[in-house]
Amino acid sequence: MSAFLEIRDLSARLRGTRERVLRSVSLQVPPGTVRGLVGESGAGKSMIGKAVLGVLPRAVEIVEGEILLEGDDLLKASPATRRRLIGAKTALVPQDPLTALNPSRRIGRQVTDRLVDILGWDKARATTRALEMLAEVRIQEPERVMRLYPHELSGGMRQRVLIAAAFAAEPKLIVADEPTTALDVTVQKQTLRLISELQARHGTALLFVTHDLGVVAKICDRLSVLYAGKVVEDTGVEKFFATPGHPYSAALLAATPRHTDPTSSLRPVPAAVLDAVGDEIAAADAAWRPHG
Amino acid sequence: MAEAIFSIEDLRIEVPDMARKPLFGPAPRREILKGLSFEIARGSVLGIVGGSGSGKTTLGRALLRLMEPTGGRIVFDGQDITHLSDERLRPLRRRIQMIFQDPMSSLNPRLTVGRIVAAPLGARSSDPRIAEALDQVGLSPAFAGRYPHEISGGQRQRVGIARAIAMRPDFILADEIVSGLDVSSQAQVLNLLERLVAELGLTLAFISHDLSVIRRLCGRVIVMQAGAIVEDAPTAALFDSPAHPYTRELLDAIPTPDPSVRW
Repeated sequence: MSAFLEIRDLSARLRGTRERVLRSVSLQVPPGTVRGLVGESGAGKSMIGKAVLGVLPRAVEIVEGEILLEGDDLLKASPATRRRLIGAKTALVPQDPLTALNPSRRIGRQVTDRLVDILGWDKARATTRALEMLAEVRIQEPERVMRLYPHELSGGMRQRVLIAAAFAAEPKLIVADEPTTALDVTVQKQTLRLISELQARHGTALLFVTHDLGVVAKICDRLSVLYAGKVVEDTGVEKFFATPGHPYSAALLAATPRHTDPTSSLRPVPAAVLDAVGDEIAAADAAWRPHG
Repeated sequence: MAEAIFSIEDLRIEVPDMARKPLFGPAPRREILKGLSFEIARGSVLGIVGGSGSGKTTLGRALLRLMEPTGGRIVFDGQDITHLSDERLRPLRRRIQMIFQDPMSSLNPRLTVGRIVAAPLGARSSDPRIAEALDQVGLSPAFAGRYPHEISGGQRQRVGIARAIAMRPDFILADEIVSGLDVSSQAQVLNLLERLVAELGLTLAFISHDLSVIRRLCGRVIVMQAGAIVEDAPTAALFDSPAHPYTRELLDAIPTPDPSVRW
């Protein structure tokens, strides 16, 4: 099956410098599958999600590569076409459910906004859809919740509202950027299950940004391990945890505490591994010839 | 059992509930710690876990007497400190230290690492105790001259630890000190704490929402829910046979880094 999202050789750099923040990143997300983007802070995980959604910070410019949504290259499209494609086919589940919701507007409006403003649905249809989605994310009394303000909901409820809003327009691709990092473990589990269930039912392609390998093990099919903006390993989840294919991946796993195995020693990523990845990146940079 | 450094009996904290305050008249009271009793043995590491809003941080603030309890007793090393005045608390302050969650906001950006560690000692940054404390947390003396923004998150957190242990305190409270760190820095900080606990015989209360981290470090765990202790048990026992349904729920929700373990 062809991928819904395909990224080919995407490189980006800080404007006015030669320093690349994404280094020839390639990956695919077929429909109905979940791809994890993992790595330490500053590795470029969120940057990839932002590039796909067209919301890179101004300081970052894409130097080359392709971002294909169902075969349409977002980077070659006109700004208007790009906005329409992104608006119609993708959605975001953000990290912090409190800052992502406007505190002065009711929940209902915030779920229907996108449907009305971007997809041009009429209000009645959007409201019906919002009620359906709130029920699907198991929010009790959706009619009442539609009239509430964000501060009247718990963190877990707010995140479910955002999940409902993301799935409401049946996007083909959802980018979830650390969606459960701000939640308690018990709420995290419910939320991840919910995302998994909706993703499978709707056949959505999911790009899942996280630093937590435990979460990757529970939700992803494949994953890309990033270091300094470079994909050091692209592999299936089972294989990653059984036999990681890159020394850096293995080092990340060895640094992750497991409650089931409290006595084995935790090993921070060894300097030798970091030096080796650094060399690998320097070699890739030296060989890299931007076209145009 | 070793002698207790902290004995807590029926600790209660009430605050005015400003969300429900009528226009005139006092706000209704709301109890956020509902009668906690436990002990912390000298030389032990106690884990405090619970969901957000369960009262773990408030409990920490009460132990440090940053908040005054509205009921119950806190006995520190044989002395009742429940209602001690700020002045009478001052000599105790140096014996009770804290390591904060966010090392960026808890280190003065305008001071060098050396001066940060020296400040609570009232010493100069050339004092040998500074180099010793930095050495114990694995930072070379060269770090004393750097500023917080020049070092990594994991290194900043180690400066926070150095500042706490330099005082040779009887007790350290660590509130979510690894939750902002990458796994590699987290592993470094956890290994460091394990080593310091063994070498210096620190007494530590470690507040965390992450049970995998608690399991590594703590001898005993108290589980909090809605301002009350629902379970208080040795770590191995808590993980092997949790008694309270909430503890089971917490354990069940840990995402194990192993795809074959069903959730």
